[in-house]
Amino acid sequence: MATTLPLSTRGLLPAQRVATAATGESAVVRWVLIGVAVLFLALFIFLPLAIVFSQAFAKGIGPYWASLRQPDALSAIRLTLLAAGIAVPLNLVFGVAAAWAIGKFEFFGKSLLITLIDLPFSVSPVVSGLIYVLLFGLQGVLGPWLARHNLQIIFAVPGIVLATIFVTFPFVARELIPLLQAQGQEEEEAALALGASGWQTFFRVSLPNIKWGLLYGVILCNARAMGEFGAVSVVSGHIRGRTNTMPLHVEILYNEYQFSAAFAVASLLALLALATLLVKTLVEWRARRQLAESARWDGEEQIA
Amino acid sequence: MSIEAKNISKKFGQFAALDNVSLTIPSGELVALLGPSGSGKTTLLRIIAGLEFADSGTILFDGEDTTHRTARDRRVGFVFQHYALFRHMTVFENIAFGLKVRPRSVRPSKEQIHAKVHELLGLIQLKNLSGRYPSQLSGGQRQRVALARALAVEPSVLLLDEPFGSLDAKVRLELRRWLRQLHDEVHITSVFVTHDQEEALEVSDRVAVMNEGRIEQVGSPDEVYHHPNTPFVYNFLGSVNLFHGRMDDEIPAIHEAATGDFVYVRPHLLEIQRQPNGGSNFRAVIKHINSAGPLVKVEALSEWGAPVQVEMSQEKFQDLQLAKEETVFIIPKELKVFHKAI
Amino acid sequence: MAFTFKKRSNLPGFGLALGYTVLYLSLIVLIPLAATFLKASALSWDQFWHIVASPRAVASYRLTFGASLIGALINLVFGVLVAWVLVRYSFPGKRLFDSLVDLPFALPTAVAGIALTTIYAPNGWLGRPLASVGIKSAYSPLGVAIALTFIGLPFVVRSVQPVLEDMDKELEEAAASLGASRWQTFSRVVLPTILPAALAGFAMAFARAIGEYGSVVFISGNMPMRTEITPLLIMTKLDQFDYAGATAIAVVMLVFSLILLLPINLLQKWSSSREEKTSALVPEEIH
Repeated sequence: MATTLPLSTRGLLPAQRVATAATGESAVVRWVLIGVAVLFLALFIFLPLAIVFSQAFAKGIGPYWASLRQPDALSAIRLTLLAAGIAVPLNLVFGVAAAWAIGKFEFFGKSLLITLIDLPFSVSPVVSGLIYVLLFGLQGVLGPWLARHNLQIIFAVPGIVLATIFVTFPFVARELIPLLQAQGQEEEEAALALGASGWQTFFRVSLPNIKWGLLYGVILCNARAMGEFGAVSVVSGHIRGRTNTMPLHVEILYNEYQFSAAFAVASLLALLALATLLVKTLVEWRARRQLAESARWDGEEQIA
Repeated sequence: MSIEAKNISKKFGQFAALDNVSLTIPSGELVALLGPSGSGKTTLLRIIAGLEFADSGTILFDGEDTTHRTARDRRVGFVFQHYALFRHMTVFENIAFGLKVRPRSVRPSKEQIHAKVHELLGLIQLKNLSGRYPSQLSGGQRQRVALARALAVEPSVLLLDEPFGSLDAKVRLELRRWLRQLHDEVHITSVFVTHDQEEALEVSDRVAVMNEGRIEQVGSPDEVYHHPNTPFVYNFLGSVNLFHGRMDDEIPAIHEAATGDFVYVRPHLLEIQRQPNGGSNFRAVIKHINSAGPLVKVEALSEWGAPVQVEMSQEKFQDLQLAKEETVFIIPKELKVFHKAI
Repeated sequence: MAFTFKKRSNLPGFGLALGYTVLYLSLIVLIPLAATFLKASALSWDQFWHIVASPRAVASYRLTFGASLIGALINLVFGVLVAWVLVRYSFPGKRLFDSLVDLPFALPTAVAGIALTTIYAPNGWLGRPLASVGIKSAYSPLGVAIALTFIGLPFVVRSVQPVLEDMDKELEEAAASLGASRWQTFSRVVLPTILPAALAGFAMAFARAIGEYGSVVFISGNMPMRTEITPLLIMTKLDQFDYAGATAIAVVMLVFSLILLLPINLLQKWSSSREEKTSALVPEEIH
């Protein structure tokens, strides 16, 4: 089950999308449908965005910056960056490895493996956090052993990093698997026949072909890593200044009725989301162009 | 029902697909729109169908102006190049579709629809496949279902867009003959688009040869093949030998050097003899013989170095006993002079 | 026939890639999950049942399930509409709207949570007008449904869009030439074609909504028996150090997600098989 949104190369042939004389609706019907759709989107998308920024700046720019420079806020930002900074590269390596194994080979148990990789998507964030508490918490399976060695995972930074890794780990894999599958083996086989080693083949032939999908997966992974709330909430212990990420800090501020401060921090996260969407749009545009060029090239080959 | 297209023009962006095209199709005729890609034939067909609208010009069905009517209101039967069968419906449901979507007041009863669909299934000889889905049919079968679906609504006009384009050569031949038979039975005014000149010449009552958005010539298959009006038509409908030449005192003649005009000869209208016949002829050396097939194709080089293609029957070839590098005399039987070369 | 684990291939790196993959997967996913089921098994069946069938738990299931279903259904209808409008029509700002459809996916759930709550609170931009006609939005099941609609918005839209774009327009032309009205063409030709994708999107939105926490926990008000979603119930039990209770309910949620996984995979397979243009042709028969 994928709850990622696959990299879309839609719209390759824009001519096909335009209604011809025989298959268009009357102008009235068209504009009513557009109106309803736009209203729906405005209600559910624009409105929340608007309120984040309007509330954040409700007291003015000065207080906005001040709340962001609070030490607790700063350490929350730091912790968020740390967790994402560890989770994303680790999941990137995993994603590439999994995509290589699954995309290029046929083996027994492949579909089971794919289903397991999808698992974090279908599990509630709270449960995702809980499973680590049950493993590493004081009363967890490994709890006593950890206490004996003075190691703390739950209610400390390592737990947060682990929970973040769990909820974001399918993103890169899910983007890359269909890409590597679709590309077939021919280019790699050609490289090997020409004497390249396995690693050379991978870095010089396979990787460049998937670079847009890779970038896209990393962006999504990062956005989710920085924004994760439920799972991190369970493992963190909410210790101000120490185990609070930005989303948790937002919650604390909001529950203390410090609305504009809460929205100030939230606005940073909203900006991150918008940046993610922007990069996503750009990546899709580039990937579409790349596909169109290669399709044109193939077509010319056939004519010649 | 007769169709008349008057002064139709259509542009797509900068590209002029049709340039002031006029064509009359009498009732009950089977007409082919023949031409290469980009000639505008499909565009013209779609404008007649109401799937596209012309920039200028009129379309008349039986004298009535239908230029601005939508496809739905024109009651034409359209068969698409890639069949456009509804994948999620069985053969039966596909054919019945047009009848089922009629407004309640004119919708036939279930029994009537059933009867009509079965009648058509018999016509296309697929009675035992009515419960199958399009993905379970071969290309030829799908095409026949597409035809039956279009006929189910009893259109006054049948329009086919390269109906046999995506089929194997053998299947194409069979379906061609079958379409001709069908038309003889049903006598519905039909227009079909093709780029295959053999198909157009074999199946249709009349051929409209199109090129670059204009109609080059309209006539019976005999007419356009034996009496082409333009170099394009001559070249498109069969193989051509091209020589320099011109009309000398009303008689077309081949010249060795450039004269400003060109002479067109079909390969089967050149005769090879061992002796000159006293009339117009020229010497040539045989370079290549291909005798595998119903006709023998001989390639030769004229005495002034022009390549010549000659076709003759196997009998004639046996009589002559030709061999490579032999020098022979070539006698042209019928020449056509045009000012332009293809 | 001998059992082969892997089909022969001349590409290198299989062992390394698969090994690392399985190792990582085990460490991050399988072992913690095993710990959960281990802990749960410490409970006797009676204890387990007592927790998961308690009135409070059942009330939370009803709310979670019901509100997720409503949200997913709203997204089914409006998602198809939005996808249609984005694919078939052009209007000013269309590209912007198209990019923003993914916002609920990219926006951190806590941010969505406080934003939605502020909008629908009794003195909020929409909360106030709604309250004046007697509709309580925030701190009610309605608020939960609204949040879950937000969460699932991209799924149906993005699932249906590629199918609509790839759809052969000749199908609609054929229907028109056969006399179908625009609505008949849509309901009899277009809709069946996009149905698998729409249902796959619906299932994904539903599954996402069931487990959702951050967007809902602010707007729901969290009153036990009334506006408490199941994930929050787990959270509450954890706060009270009732690990057994939390684990039991977590197991219920896990089992439910696993059950949902199968139909979703099937729907996605159905949807992508429909997208294939032509299957293998039957060899030509001579008639």
